[in-house]
Amino acid sequence: MQTFDYVAAQTVDEAVSLLASKGDQARVLAGGTDLIVQLREGRRQLETVVDVKKIPEANVLSYDAQNGLHLGAAVACHRIYNDPVISKTYPGLMDAFTLIGGIQIQGRASVGGNLCNSSPAADSTPTLIAHRTMCVIAGPNGQRVVPVEQFCTAPGRNVLENGEFLLSLRVPAPPNNFGAHYLRFIPRNEMDIAVVGVGSSLMLGDDKSTVTDARIALGAVAPTPLVAVEAAAALVGKPISDDTIAAAASAAASIARPIDDMRGTVQQRIHLTGVLTRRTLQGALSRARGES
Amino acid sequence: MATRIHVQTTLNGEAAEFLCDSRQSLLEVLRDDLGFTGTKEGCSNGNCGACSLQIDGVLVDSCLVLAAEVDGKSVNTIEGLASPAQLHPLQQKFLEHAALQCGICTPGFIMAAKALLEKNPKPTEHEVRYWLAGNLCRCTGYDKIVRAVLDAAESMEASA
Amino acid sequence: MAEATAYQVIGTRPVRPDGADKVTGRAIYGADVRMPGMLHGKVLRSPHAHARIKSIDTSKAEALPGVKAVVTHKDLPEAPDKIANLGEGAVNLKFLSNNVLAQEKALYRGHAIAAVAAINVHVAEEAVNLIEVEYEVLPPVLTTPEAMQEGAPMLHAGMTTTSLGEKTDRESNVASHYRFTLGDVAEGFKQADLVIEREFDTATVHQGYIEPHNATAMWNEEGHVTIWTSTQGAFVVQKQSSEVLGIPVSQVSVIPAEIGGGFGGKIPVYLEPVAALLSRKTGHPVKLVMSRIEEFESTGPTPGSRLKVKMGATRDGRVVAAEASLAFEAGAFPGSPVGPGGMCIFAPYSFPNMQVDGYDVVVNKPKTTAYRAPGATNAAFASETIMDEFAEQLGIDPLQLRVMNGAKEGDRRVDGPTHPQIGFLETVHAALEHEHYNTPLEGPNRGRGVASGFWFNVGLQSSVVINVNSDGTVSLVEGSTDIGGTRASIAMQAAEVLGIPYESVRPTVAGTDGVGYTDVTGGSRTTFATGYAAYEAANDVVRQMKERLAERWSNEQEEGADALSAEDVTYSGGVFGCSKGADKAVSFQEMAELMPRTGGPISGRATVQPRGVGGAFATHIVDVEVDPDTGKVSILRYTAVQDVGKAIHPSYVEGQIQGGVTQGIGWALNETYMYREDGNMSNASFLDYRMPTCLDLPMIDAVLVEVPNPGHPFGVRGVGEVPIVPPPAAVANAIYRATGKRMTDLPMSPGYVLDKMRA
Repeated sequence: MQTFDYVAAQTVDEAVSLLASKGDQARVLAGGTDLIVQLREGRRQLETVVDVKKIPEANVLSYDAQNGLHLGAAVACHRIYNDPVISKTYPGLMDAFTLIGGIQIQGRASVGGNLCNSSPAADSTPTLIAHRTMCVIAGPNGQRVVPVEQFCTAPGRNVLENGEFLLSLRVPAPPNNFGAHYLRFIPRNEMDIAVVGVGSSLMLGDDKSTVTDARIALGAVAPTPLVAVEAAAALVGKPISDDTIAAAASAAASIARPIDDMRGTVQQRIHLTGVLTRRTLQGALSRARGES
Repeated sequence: MATRIHVQTTLNGEAAEFLCDSRQSLLEVLRDDLGFTGTKEGCSNGNCGACSLQIDGVLVDSCLVLAAEVDGKSVNTIEGLASPAQLHPLQQKFLEHAALQCGICTPGFIMAAKALLEKNPKPTEHEVRYWLAGNLCRCTGYDKIVRAVLDAAESMEASA
Repeated sequence: MAEATAYQVIGTRPVRPDGADKVTGRAIYGADVRMPGMLHGKVLRSPHAHARIKSIDTSKAEALPGVKAVVTHKDLPEAPDKIANLGEGAVNLKFLSNNVLAQEKALYRGHAIAAVAAINVHVAEEAVNLIEVEYEVLPPVLTTPEAMQEGAPMLHAGMTTTSLGEKTDRESNVASHYRFTLGDVAEGFKQADLVIEREFDTATVHQGYIEPHNATAMWNEEGHVTIWTSTQGAFVVQKQSSEVLGIPVSQVSVIPAEIGGGFGGKIPVYLEPVAALLSRKTGHPVKLVMSRIEEFESTGPTPGSRLKVKMGATRDGRVVAAEASLAFEAGAFPGSPVGPGGMCIFAPYSFPNMQVDGYDVVVNKPKTTAYRAPGATNAAFASETIMDEFAEQLGIDPLQLRVMNGAKEGDRRVDGPTHPQIGFLETVHAALEHEHYNTPLEGPNRGRGVASGFWFNVGLQSSVVINVNSDGTVSLVEGSTDIGGTRASIAMQAAEVLGIPYESVRPTVAGTDGVGYTDVTGGSRTTFATGYAAYEAANDVVRQMKERLAERWSNEQEEGADALSAEDVTYSGGVFGCSKGADKAVSFQEMAELMPRTGGPISGRATVQPRGVGGAFATHIVDVEVDPDTGKVSILRYTAVQDVGKAIHPSYVEGQIQGGVTQGIGWALNETYMYREDGNMSNASFLDYRMPTCLDLPMIDAVLVEVPNPGHPFGVRGVGEVPIVPPPAAVANAIYRATGKRMTDLPMSPGYVLDKMRA
C-alpha cells in the first residue's frame, strides 16, 4: 500500500478545507470497507485520507415521526439496525443494511460510504431511492441537498464536487399504509455482490388495495441505479393485483440495460429484474397492509 | 513520507500505545509490531473473517481497520479471551466438539461467536449461521462449529 | 485382530493435544514466525497469461531505500530434467524450478518473475512495482479443446506427446496420453439395451485453504538453509528446495509450522526457495507470505476437465460396458491428476468391459496440484450422472442399481488392481436403510439425488519414535504435519498398544532434523501409515519392556531355574505379567520407573512403508430445492455414508467427511475460475470465488460404516479424500429430480441452471 496522510477531521469545516485543498488526492474514510481494499490493491492512490467519523454531524442517528430518519453518512450499519425504533420503522431499509457484507463488515460499513462508493450494485441505494431519501452534502459553499436517485452519475462517480462530502441522509417518515422491500439476487446466501438488486415501495389508499404511490429502483442493471418510472406508473391509481404486479415487473425488466460480467449475464440480469421486482412488490404490499 | 502516528488504545483491557504508519492495518500492527499473532490473516480484504476482533465491543475485520483509527478505543483479541484459570466456554466447546481441524479460522470464529452471544445469548441454529456467514472455514463444513456455538450458549446460559 | 469393543482408547473422542493452543491463538502458524533481523519479501508476478520475458531491469527497485535484495531466475542454478516423487504426485524438477521463478516465459497470469527483500512488506511491495520487465505478449491457450487443436500456440517449444508410455514425435500441448482397458468394450456395447453417451465440462477450482502460503528462510554462513513453513510435508519441502536451489538435502532443514489447511495445495514449493535465495543475498532471515490474489493466480488449483463418457446397460440393470475419455488441464506444466481420475471413475463397480483414455494437457493457467482425491471428483461427476440416468430410464432405484453393479472383494479395477476387502456395498446398504432415504421428500421444486465415489488412498513412508518418561507417560515424535487432528489419532493408536491413557501420550510434530523420513499429510495416509508407525513403535516399547522384565525376573528366580525370555512376559490391561510360574504384576508406570535400574532409557522406534492400503468408498444422499425463477439451488439435507475401516477418533472422521462434502458442494454449485479472454482471472478473491459459507449449508450427517482394512492392525482406512468425490454428481442428480434437466457442466451456478430450465 502506498503511504498517505491520515487525518481524523473533527469538524465539517476542517474536512471540507482538507478535501478542497487536496482535490482528487484526498478521499473520505468512514467504514473503510471499500476504500482500504482499493488502497491495498493499488486501485486507488491518495495523498490524504480524511476520517470523518469524529465529525458529530456525520454521526447523527435520530428519528421522529415529524422529520423522519436523520442518518449521518458515517454511521455504520450495525448502529442502525440495532436501534429498535428505527429498525422497526424502516424494515425496507433494514433489508439492505443487514446484508451488506457479513456482520464484521456491518460493524464498520456506513450507508453513506455505500452510496459514495457509487457502485451500481450497492445494496443500500435502491432502497434509499424507494424511500425518497435526500442527501445532505457539505462543501465549501455550505450545504446542499440532492435526491438520492440523482447522486450517482457513473460507476464509481457521483455528484460530489471538489471539497464536498456526503454529510447525512434524510429519509421521510413512512406514511400510513406504506411498505417497502429490498431484495438482491446472489449465488450464495451472504457475502456476495448483488447480481441484481431491487428496492420497491408502495403506498396504499385506505382500502388497502389502491396504490396511491409507488417507487421501484433497480441496482446492477445499468451504470447507475435506475428508477423504474413506468413500472411504478403501472401500479399507481389501480387496485393492486397479480396482474398489475406482473405488468410492473415486466416494465422494470424492460429498462434494465445490464452488462455481462463475472457476476451475471445480460439475459440473466434482465430476467432477475422482473423476478425481484415482483417479489419486492409482494413484500412491500404485505408490509403496507401491516401483514409483516 | 507521512509521519508516524502515535496511537493510545486499550488492548485486552490493558493500556497500550504504539507508533504506526497510516497505511498499516490494525491487523498488521497487532501481528507484526505488537506480537499478537493470534488474530489471523486469510484474505486481507474483508471476505474471510479470520482477522475478526472487537473494537469497543463491535465485531470487525481488523484487516479493514487502519491502526490509526483505534486511538482512544478498546480492542479485544483472541489472546484476551481465556482467563489464566480456564478457557472461555466457547473455546472449551470448540475443543469438545472437534470444531476445528487446521485451526486457522478458529480465533476469528470464536471472536465472532463471542460477539453473537453477547448480543443474543440464545441464538437459533439459523441465527448462528447468519451471524457467522462472514467467517470462512474450509475444513469442517461448519457442522461442528455451529454445534459448538449452540452448546456454548447453552452452557453459558446455565452458569449465568 | 481384537474385537472393536475391546479397545480402551480407539473409538473415543478425546480433546486434541494441540487444541488449547489453537483456540487461544497461541499456536504458531507459518505467517506467525518472527525472527530477529527478519526482512519481508514480495514477489513480482506476470500480468500476462502467456509472454516471453525479454528483459528484467531491477535497478530502480534495488535503489529504493529499505530494499536489501532482488532475485530472479538467474539466481537459481540450472535445474535437472528429472522427476521427483512428492508423495501425492510427481514433479519434473526443471518445471518446478521454472514455476518457482519464470525463466524464459511467463506461462500464466501470476507466474513469479522476481522477488524483493526489504525492511517491511510495504517497501518490498513498492520495490516490486519498480521492477521493469519487457514482455513479448503471446496468445494464451485456456482450455483443453483449444490447447489440443492443430496449430494451437505451444506453451513449451518442442514438447511432444508421450502416448501409451512411448515418446512420440508429435509436437503438442498434450503432454501425455494413457489408456486403461479391461475386457472388450466393443463387445460389451453389443450386449447393451440402453447406451448413454454424454460430454461433461468441469471448471478449474481452488483448494481454498484459509491460510495463505508462507515461508521464512535463513541461509547461514556455513551454507545451511533453515526453512520455517506451513506445509503438508517437511521432507518434501526439503527435497524440492534442495533440488531447486542445487544444494544437498543435508544442507536444508525444514521446520514445519502449524498449517492452516492444505487439501493437496501445500505440497509443492512456491515461496521456500525464493525466501532462501533472498536470505542468501541479504544474510538475514526473510519471510514471504502470499496475498489471497496470489493464492488464486499462482497456486493450486485443481484442473478443469472435459469428459466424454459412454456407458451401456442391459434392460435388467446390468452395466455391461463403460468407456471414458478424460482431458484434464495440467496448467502451465505437465502433471494433472488425469491418471487418478481414470483409476477412480468406474472403481465402485464390477463392470465387465471398461476402457479409459486420459490426456494431460498444458494450458496457460497456474500449474495444477493435488486437491482432495485429485481427479476423482471430476471423473465421478460424469459416471455417476450416467448411472442415475440408467436408474431413471430403466425404472430401477438408483441405490439398487449400485447394489446390482457394485464392486466386491476380488473384482478388478480398470487400471489393473484387484479390490481387497472393501466396503462399497456396505455403504450402499447403509444408505438404503438410512432414515433420510426412507423419508419422502415433499414440496415443489425439490429433488433427491444419490451418488457414490472411490478413492484408492496411499501408504508411503512414515517414521515414529516413542520415548518413555520416568513417570509412565511417553513422548511421541512424528513427522506428519497435523492439519486436522492427526496428533490425536496417532497418539490414540500408540496409547492403545501401550495400555496407557490417551493423555499419557504427548505427540510432537518434528521437522526434518527431528524425525525419520515421513511423507506428506495427504493421500488420506496419515492416520493409516503414521498411525501404523506409532503402532509399531509402541510395540517396540512393549517388546523392550518385556525383555527388561524377563531379565529382571530371571535374576530374581531361584538358582537353576530356566531363564525367562520376553515371550514369557505378558502385557495386557497396562500390566506386565509372567506366563511361567511366578505371579508377577508390574504396571507400565512401574516399569517406566525401573528404567534406570534395568538398562537405561527406553525408546521405541518404527519406520514403515505399509502396503496394505485400504481403498475408501462413499455413498451420498442429498435433497435440494431449486428456485424456479432464479435457478438457485439450496441444499436442504445431506447424508454422507462412508466406509472408514475403523474410526480412531470418530469426531475427526466425521469432520473429514463434513468438510469434504462441503468442498464438494462448493465445487458443484458456485466455485470456478473465471477468465477473461486475455487469460486474466476476474474473480481472484473470496468475494467472487464463492466457497460455501455456513449460511449455505445444513448440518451434514456423516454415517460411519466400519469394514476393517485387513492391511492395518486396527483396520484403518484413509478417510479424508473420498467424501469430496460424490457431491457434484449427487447434487446434479438431485437437481434433475427437481427440474427434469440433466446437468453436464460444473459449477451448476444459478445462471447455468436457469438456462437449462428455460431451454
